[in-house]
Parts: sequence; structure tokens; C-alpha cells
Amino acid sequence: MKNQPIISIKNLSKIYKTDVLETVALDNISFEVQKGEFVAIMGPSGSGKSTLMHIIGALDKPTVGTYILDGENVENLTDDELADIRNRKIGFIFQSYNLLPRITTVKNVMLPMSYAGVSRQEREATAIKYLKLVGLGDRLKHTTNQISGGQQQRVAIARALTMHPSILLADEPTGNIASAQAEEIMAIFQKINDEGNTVVMITHEPDIAQHAKRIIVIRDGKIVTDSSDHKQKVIKDQKI
Amino acid sequence: MKLIEVILESFTTLTLNKTRTALSVLGIVIGIGSVIALMSLGQATQQSIQNQIQSLGSNLLTIQPGSSQSSGGVRSAQGSRTTLTLEDAKAIAASTDITTINKVSPEYSSRTQIITSQSNSNTSVIGVTPDYADVHKVSISDGVFVTQSDVDSLKKVAIIGPTVVTNLFPDGSNPIGQTIKIKNQNLTVIGVTVAKGGSGFNNQDDIVYVPLTTAQKQLFGVSYLSSIALEAKSTDQMTEAQNEVGYFLLARHKITDASKADFSIMSQQDMVNTLNSVTGTFTTLLAGVAAISLIVGGIGIMNIMLVTVTERTREIGLRKALGAKKKNITTQFLIESVILTFTGGILGIVFGILTSFIIAKATSSLFVVSLNSVLLAFIVSAAIGILFGWYPAKKAANLQPIEALRYE
Repeated sequence: MKNQPIISIKNLSKIYKTDVLETVALDNISFEVQKGEFVAIMGPSGSGKSTLMHIIGALDKPTVGTYILDGENVENLTDDELADIRNRKIGFIFQSYNLLPRITTVKNVMLPMSYAGVSRQEREATAIKYLKLVGLGDRLKHTTNQISGGQQQRVAIARALTMHPSILLADEPTGNIASAQAEEIMAIFQKINDEGNTVVMITHEPDIAQHAKRIIVIRDGKIVTDSSDHKQKVIKDQKI
Repeated sequence: MKLIEVILESFTTLTLNKTRTALSVLGIVIGIGSVIALMSLGQATQQSIQNQIQSLGSNLLTIQPGSSQSSGGVRSAQGSRTTLTLEDAKAIAASTDITTINKVSPEYSSRTQIITSQSNSNTSVIGVTPDYADVHKVSISDGVFVTQSDVDSLKKVAIIGPTVVTNLFPDGSNPIGQTIKIKNQNLTVIGVTVAKGGSGFNNQDDIVYVPLTTAQKQLFGVSYLSSIALEAKSTDQMTEAQNEVGYFLLARHKITDASKADFSIMSQQDMVNTLNSVTGTFTTLLAGVAAISLIVGGIGIMNIMLVTVTERTREIGLRKALGAKKKNITTQFLIESVILTFTGGILGIVFGILTSFIIAKATSSLFVVSLNSVLLAFIVSAAIGILFGWYPAKKAANLQPIEALRYE
């Protein structure tokens, strides 16, 4: 049991059905992710990587096949049980940050903990701790529309870390950010990964994918390549 | 997350869009406010009528000619029949069978024109005996009331109410000793009554009292009475007295079937009850109309909440992605709508009380606000929040997180 994978996907397919049309978004995919990996899932738009991200993130259920997330089978769960899984095991980072507008960064970071029943004092302390970790110790009282895009994404990372999730799931985390700030985000990801956290990142930019240790490329719902042969692009001496 | 935190968060959310919040609250304010105002107005009317009737004497029975129930055919207006006579009144007073009656006051009343050298007025003229003053609690502020010798000798004297004084003697001269003309007869004013209040159809101060015999024979030329007022010995004996007198008069009028009686006996309590049911119906009707505006306000809240849910689709998706259960989302939106209606309810209560206070001041009538109507308004406003917030909240809770996150 020592090497129980964090993500275990076996023969998984996702088929969208309408009255006249069947669209196969994922076609018989199998792979595993171990604890402490930094995986980039790559592919052009329409390749099925967003669908895969939704399934990994327990936002959607597979049509066929099994998905075991950190020892828990995600099949046959109700909406509320899925919500609970997402709350405890997944740290989401979205392309468009998805922070609540007009409230402070601290309150945004506190949000997942509030659904887990953490006390207010503990929530606030944890939120401040993680905001400092991503280098936003001086932006605690700012509302989210008073800070830059890169800073907003760092708030989102802090928010994703608070519940000590099994995986950090990032969907195009640098899609809306200038390249200099994108480097900062990647540096944070590498730092988090160095501390033993599992990171799964969906991206269509090969350049960004190079920051991961392992790259899975999918096309037309199938895995094309899955390798760790590239040289990981490590960002050093980044002040965060 | 604790309920109090959700409430605080909802307050913050609602203050972000102040104009919209204020406008949707306004609907509830007007609804609750008009319910409160109209209900207190109705209650004040009821209270003032009740007070007025009670001031006429609470142990008063009134016998009127004509049946109390219509027994088919056309029923003539009460008082237009001629079945009650002074002899009836004397017999009631003299009877040894009747033990519950203290005083008997035979009366004949009619409206007519009163003329003085200065002015004239259309006023109620009542022919009375001395007992009238005791039975109807009439006090004299100046001069004297009708005496038995006035009645016996058909004396042409009159006692007038304060409203009549101001109408007939606008120059403020002392009315005592002056002459007034009723039906071409000259009567001397010998007394003025103390003001009793009342207004409109039931103004107790706009009355001219004359001796009963004078009214019957000299002024109006009739031999019957328009009513006999009886004072029961105590308020506990009202029903007993009503029965005693009823059977006595039936026997006297040789009527065997009580349903064909040619008179009716009403107690003051009967009148209070009748008027209460009338004003009660009226109040309910008004409150019903106001309740419609409350429903319209509720629909306004529902509309705003639906807009809010659509606007905040992404937020809902995010919250669900981060672990919010259906219950969390439902609670959040329900609390927002309840806060809206509850705030509206509180403001509405203040607004309603203020309105009825201003109306009471302006019309110098009673100001009554019952705790019941305030409590009801509280409960109703919260209930409207839940009722009309339920659908939007459910709609929000059932959004799929993926769809909601994609929503632009």
C-alpha cells in the first residue's frame, strides 16, 4: 500500500450524448499519478483535456471506467458527496482565477475551509499563512479587484492549498497572465511540488508544460505520449 | 459555516447593490405598511364606536316597534310602526312581574327644523320623561332637565345640546330663557346638556329634548312612541331583563307566537356586537386589499433573486467546485431573500404605525396598534422571503458546477 497512486484511472471513457449525436470526449484512457509528481496534461483545444480535468476534479463523472482518487472511488457518488470530495481532496486553480469580487484576499482564501466547518479563527490564521507563502503577505486587506492578474492567481493558489488537498489541479493557470508573471506562478508550483505536493496542470502551451516533471499529451480523447524524458525547466532564485 | 456568518456575508452581498436592494425592499415596506396601517385604522374605528356606545350606558335595553326578524313580505323601516305606546311604558314600570328593570324611559324622536331669531338648524328632537337623563346618562351643565310637572302640563320648554347651542346661537349669547321655534310652536330653553362627544349619525350633542307629551301632542301630533329605553338593575341581568320585558309585552299585545312580535328589544351589547361585526368585516376587507400589495412585493423579491442567481452563476459554480453542498447554496440565497423581506417588514411596521398615527392625529380619532398585527407582519414578511426565495435558491443549488463555471 506504500505506493498507492493518488490518481488511478482505468479504461475511462466519457461520451456526450445528444438526441442525434454521440461525441466521444475521452476514449479508453488509463494512467496513474503517484504522490509527489508534477504532471502537465497537454493537448490542443478539443483534445479532451478539459473533460479529463473535470473528471480528475470530481466535477463530472465518467461514462465508463473507474477513477480512484487517493483511495476513494469517485463513481456512484451523489452531487453532495462529490462536493465533499472536491472540498477535501482537490485544490482548484482556474484560468480565470475565479475569486469572489469585492471581498478581501483573506476572505477568498478562507472560502473552502468554511465549507469544511473549520472555525473562523483557524480559517483566518490558515489563510494568512498561505497568503504569506505565495508572497502576498502585504495584500491581506486588499480586495480582489485591487490586485494584478498574477497576484490574483497567487491568491487562488493560496486558496487551493488551505485544505491540504491530495492534488493541486490547475486548469491553464497561466492562460490569462503575462509571461513574466507566468514564470512566478510556475516557480510557486515547483516550490509546492518540492515540498511533496502532487500537482496536475492542464495547459496547451508547450513552454509552460516544460516546467513539469512529466508530460502527458492527449489528442482526440486518447493519450498520445506520456513521458518524463524532457529536461524540466527549473526556475531558480525567484523571489516570491 | 455558522448561520450567523452566512447572515453577515449576505448583508455584505446585499449592500454591494444598494439601489436594487432598496427598491426590492420597498415593495415589502409598502405591503406590510399598508396592512398595519389599515388594520390599526379598522381597530381604532371599532374601538371608538364601542366607547361611544358604552358611554350611553352599558345596562341599557331599547324596545323598538317593528319585528326584529323579517317574516316575509316587505319589512318597513324600524320605528315607522306605531305599536308602542306610553301605556306600554307605564305598564312595564308598574308591573310587579318585572323585577330586573330599574327605570323606564319612553321616547319619541323625530328630526325637524329648529328656528331662532338668529339662525336655524335641522336637529333631532326627542320627547322625554325625567327618567331619560338617568337612563341615558345625560347631565345638565346649565339650567334644569325636563321634570314630571313639565310632562304632566305639556309645558313648552326645551333642553338643548352644546352643538345646538353653537348652531342656533352663534353670537354666544346665553341660550337659557330664549325662545326657539319648532313646528311653529315657541319653546323656552331651560337647560343645556354637558358635551358627550360623538360625531356624524350619532352625535349626542346635537339633540333638543322636550317633554314627551309636548312632543307627541303639541309638536308632532302622534300618540305612539318611537322607542322605550330601559335601565336594567345590573349588567349581569341583561338577558333576564330582555326576556321578562319581552314576554310581558307579548302578553300585553296579545301575541302568542314570539316570532311575530310587533316590537324588538336590543341591548347595548347587541348593538356593540352588530357594529363590531360590521367594522370587523370592513377591516378584514381592507387588510385583504393590502395583502395583495404584499404578494406583489413578494413577486418583486422573487424576480430580483432570480436575476441575482443568474448574475452570480459563476460564483455559485465556484462555491460548488470548492465544496459547497446544495444545502449551503440554498441557505445562502434563502437567507438573502429573508433578509430583504424581513428588513422590509421592520421598515413596513414603522411606516404603517407612523401612517396610522398621522391619520389618527389628523382626524383626531383613536390611535390603536395591536401587538397581534405587528407580530403577524413579522411572521408574514419572513414567510414571504422563504416562499418567494425558495424557487430561486433551489435553482441556484441545482446548477451543475461545470456549466456554472463556464457561464460568461
